[in-house]
Amino acid sequence: MQRNPQLNEKGELQHLLSIEGLPREILVQILDTAESFAGVTEREVKKVPLLRGKSVFNLFFEPSTRTRTTFEIAAKRLSADVINLNIAVSSATKGESLLDTVANLSAMQADIFVVRHASSGAPFLIARHVKPHEHVINAGDGRHAHPTQGLLDLFTIRHYKKDFSKLTVAIVGDVLHSRVARSLIHGLTTLGAPEVRVIGPQTLLPAGVEALGVKVFHDMKAGLKDADVIVMLRLQNERMRGALLPSAQEFFKHYGLTADKLSLARKDAIVMHPGPMNRGVEIDSSVADGKNSVILPQVTFGIAVRMAVMSIVAGN
Amino acid sequence: MVGLYTGGAWLAERLHPMLGLKTPLGLMDIAFYRDDYAARGLKHDPKRTKIPFDVNGSELLLVDDVLYSGRTVRAAMNELFDYGRPASIALVVLADRGGRQLPICAQHVGAKVDVPEGMRLRLKRDDAGRLALALETDRAA
Repeated sequence: MQRNPQLNEKGELQHLLSIEGLPREILVQILDTAESFAGVTEREVKKVPLLRGKSVFNLFFEPSTRTRTTFEIAAKRLSADVINLNIAVSSATKGESLLDTVANLSAMQADIFVVRHASSGAPFLIARHVKPHEHVINAGDGRHAHPTQGLLDLFTIRHYKKDFSKLTVAIVGDVLHSRVARSLIHGLTTLGAPEVRVIGPQTLLPAGVEALGVKVFHDMKAGLKDADVIVMLRLQNERMRGALLPSAQEFFKHYGLTADKLSLARKDAIVMHPGPMNRGVEIDSSVADGKNSVILPQVTFGIAVRMAVMSIVAGN
Repeated sequence: MVGLYTGGAWLAERLHPMLGLKTPLGLMDIAFYRDDYAARGLKHDPKRTKIPFDVNGSELLLVDDVLYSGRTVRAAMNELFDYGRPASIALVVLADRGGRQLPICAQHVGAKVDVPEGMRLRLKRDDAGRLALALETDRAA
């Protein structure tokens, strides 16, 4: 039997590539460890000595400000040295292959590679070729996965709702192109959320999405009814060109989260968004800044979650 | 008073009301300050450290169940200093089994005990909340 590429021979987390296929115990370990790190990030001295002497390479083959910054802050709070490489404007454009780039960085004594790549599977390829003491963390690969975003979403839900076992979670919008949605759905089903709904137009939902264990809604009002958690996805403007949607205005009318539509969910529902958000396209400003919104706490929790992932993999 | 998870925290939860201390009890997990992370990694799920008072200028009682190598106390002091500069720290332990590897001693000791090498002494709590010192084979050894 082939071993899960994320786990070592003892079944411990060696690389974080995808939430899919991770056992429940490891998800809980990450969330519990992140809870302890959340305490550290509230202190005056927001640093612990855990990764002193280790080097973290942020390899971003695709631009991202928020994810790269939160990984950088997380690594620095663990006392690691962080090197940011914006490969989109570097060696790759000179023709160097992905594995050659990684081999060169490995020769510079890297301990952790944080990888963001436009091609699905790129972090898996790197993980197969690194040395045993090196660890790979997927920071988003193509349409496939964005596990630390999924984990911070799970952390946020657990923080506000405590228990997954009675929750109705609605994920709204462009599920088709969203690696965030995929990671979150796997996490929610693994942790036992009884009802996960996806809401969107037929053209933005992947074929056979029901197989992931979700309920499909094309009518947002029906889908939001009595939801405890609403996760809005970014509508990627570039999708408009592919004729998947008539216009942003039309999308907002049917699937944009307004105070009106929010009122159908539970009174204490939380509204999440992985960012960057398009105000007036998938979410109305009054909701994004409203009392149900936990969009900014998500960003803060993201630091603690990334500290947890880095300190767990680097110790295994 | 600051209790160290898990045994020291149970002990501190008993001692704190007995001594009638007015400052709330702090609880600490030193997992992020251990000196054996490189060898062992993060093996258990750490608890969240809670220090609900200002450490600066405070007279602290640090509570643990068993004092052995002194490495846990070293880690705890490092973590405490990331919260501020205490006026003093005194160490309170239920049992001192000797075997120190660092220049650390306890100011308040319940009992000195001889424990054979390769054995582990630690505080356990049953469902009724009763505390007992247990001697077991050290799995890490």
